[in-house]
Amino acid sequence: MNTETIAPREYQIYSGDDLRTNVLEISMGPQHPSTHGVFRMDVSLDGETVVKLKPVFGYLHRNHEKIAETTSYLGSMPYTDRLDYFCSMTNNWAYALAVEKMAGLAVPERAEYIRVIMAELTRLQNHASLVGFLTNDLGASGTPLLYAIREREHILDLFEWASGARMMCNYMRFGGVRNDLPSGWLAQCKKVVDDFPAFMDEFETLLTGNEIILSRCQNVGVLPRDLAINASITGPCLRASGVDYDIRKVDKYGVYDRFDFKVPLGSVGDCYDRFMIRLLEMRESVKILKQALATIPEGPVNDSKARNFRPKPAEAYGRIEGPKGELGFYLVSDGTPKPHRYHVRPPSFINLTVLEDMCLGQKIADAVIILGSIDIVLGEVDR
Amino acid sequence: MLGIGILKGMAITAKNFFGSFVNKRLLPTLQYPEAGNSVTLFSRNIPFLVYDNDEDPLGTMRCVACKICEKECPPQCIYIVMEKDANGKPAKRPKVFDIDISVCMGCQICVEVCPFESIKMDSTFELSTPDRFEGLLLKREHLLKSNTYFHKIHPDEAQEVDDRLAAKQKKPAPTPSTPAA
Repeated sequence: MNTETIAPREYQIYSGDDLRTNVLEISMGPQHPSTHGVFRMDVSLDGETVVKLKPVFGYLHRNHEKIAETTSYLGSMPYTDRLDYFCSMTNNWAYALAVEKMAGLAVPERAEYIRVIMAELTRLQNHASLVGFLTNDLGASGTPLLYAIREREHILDLFEWASGARMMCNYMRFGGVRNDLPSGWLAQCKKVVDDFPAFMDEFETLLTGNEIILSRCQNVGVLPRDLAINASITGPCLRASGVDYDIRKVDKYGVYDRFDFKVPLGSVGDCYDRFMIRLLEMRESVKILKQALATIPEGPVNDSKARNFRPKPAEAYGRIEGPKGELGFYLVSDGTPKPHRYHVRPPSFINLTVLEDMCLGQKIADAVIILGSIDIVLGEVDR
Repeated sequence: MLGIGILKGMAITAKNFFGSFVNKRLLPTLQYPEAGNSVTLFSRNIPFLVYDNDEDPLGTMRCVACKICEKECPPQCIYIVMEKDANGKPAKRPKVFDIDISVCMGCQICVEVCPFESIKMDSTFELSTPDRFEGLLLKREHLLKSNTYFHKIHPDEAQEVDDRLAAKQKKPAPTPSTPAA
């Protein structure tokens, strides 16, 4: 045997460097369970990495603004419930605020307190369910979501007691609220508010230290501070990026200047910050609620003359800090009973504009969490 | 230690799971048709027309067919035709009063604008029907319900309305004029 022919062969291990792959385009939605409604993302993927993301919406467009221009001022109030159907109370308030600004209506003291109570209860139930939905996106199969929904039921019961409906409340009116609180409502509300911190303690033990949440949310979908400001992001998303901007503090609409509360701020601007900001804001809302419930005065709750009116030709922009961000209504009156121009500044829609910037370079599974952490409601995005 | 957060969370879920057997607060689910429904004394769904005397629903209905609710209804789901007597004079009650409940969104604005306390909110919700056109178009006959029924579903509100009407009858009130809109 010729030993010279025996030699180790050279094997080539395929490195994959010259593998030619195409970018894969996926249309996620509109019937995808993770897109929180009829929302579609046209995602281009390199492997699992997002290289391009185009949000597509409009599937739930209901012509809200044009309908509002063809009905009376009061007639659009029930339609505002249907914008962000999780927070109908704050939608009502923003619209009422805009009309009150335009027509120069005063709001009685008690009505202002009722509005603050309702808005903060709305914030509690919105943030609780958002955190639940976010964990659902992470694959928690609904357990934290159901705990949140269970707690939300107590708040919805309060809404139903006061306004007659659980979600489509239609409760605020120009110059006040529709009816006074029923007897016993405030006592029950106190009970719900007092019980809420126990739920939040449980919720935080369940979630904040969870390693899966930590590893999947931290440093995912970072929204830089400058981009957040430039893209006019508002609400918890903006504060998670470390910008101290809360319209309750800046504008002091209603009677918010009388309450002592803090604005929680994030430092990184990732999904975990956005998630924690919600939990911390719930604590502050409970603080506001406790103060408001302790100091609510007696008195009238609305101005019965303000039902059907023709505002003088004017324009006004009323804005509030909704649970999702700055909700504003821009109204132009031409002296008729119908608004000449009616425009909504929806927080969900504008916060959605940075979705691509947050998702680029992330994995497709993270895009789902990033979308969940923005907190959108398609009723408000599409209007 | 890695995993301690998950274990803590598991303890919470275990507490909730076993607690749900003993604590009603942890399992508030209502088994709907078997365990009754959760309609409360203040829930609203669709409107109905109130009449006072059980023997004569059409004669004692409060509606005078002024059409304010028809005009104010945001989704325009009310249709009213006023009845005319033999001489062609308006009889101050509706000949046709239809509410398309597939359009109605239960916003209660008709109740607020009605000056005669004649339209109120019902709390019934089992409205499904195999006929999606005629079955969802409620006629005057379907909508008429007695004041006794109103007292049954919304006792506090009905008492308030009765007091208001009694006060109005004591001093002959000026006829409510149409709002400026």
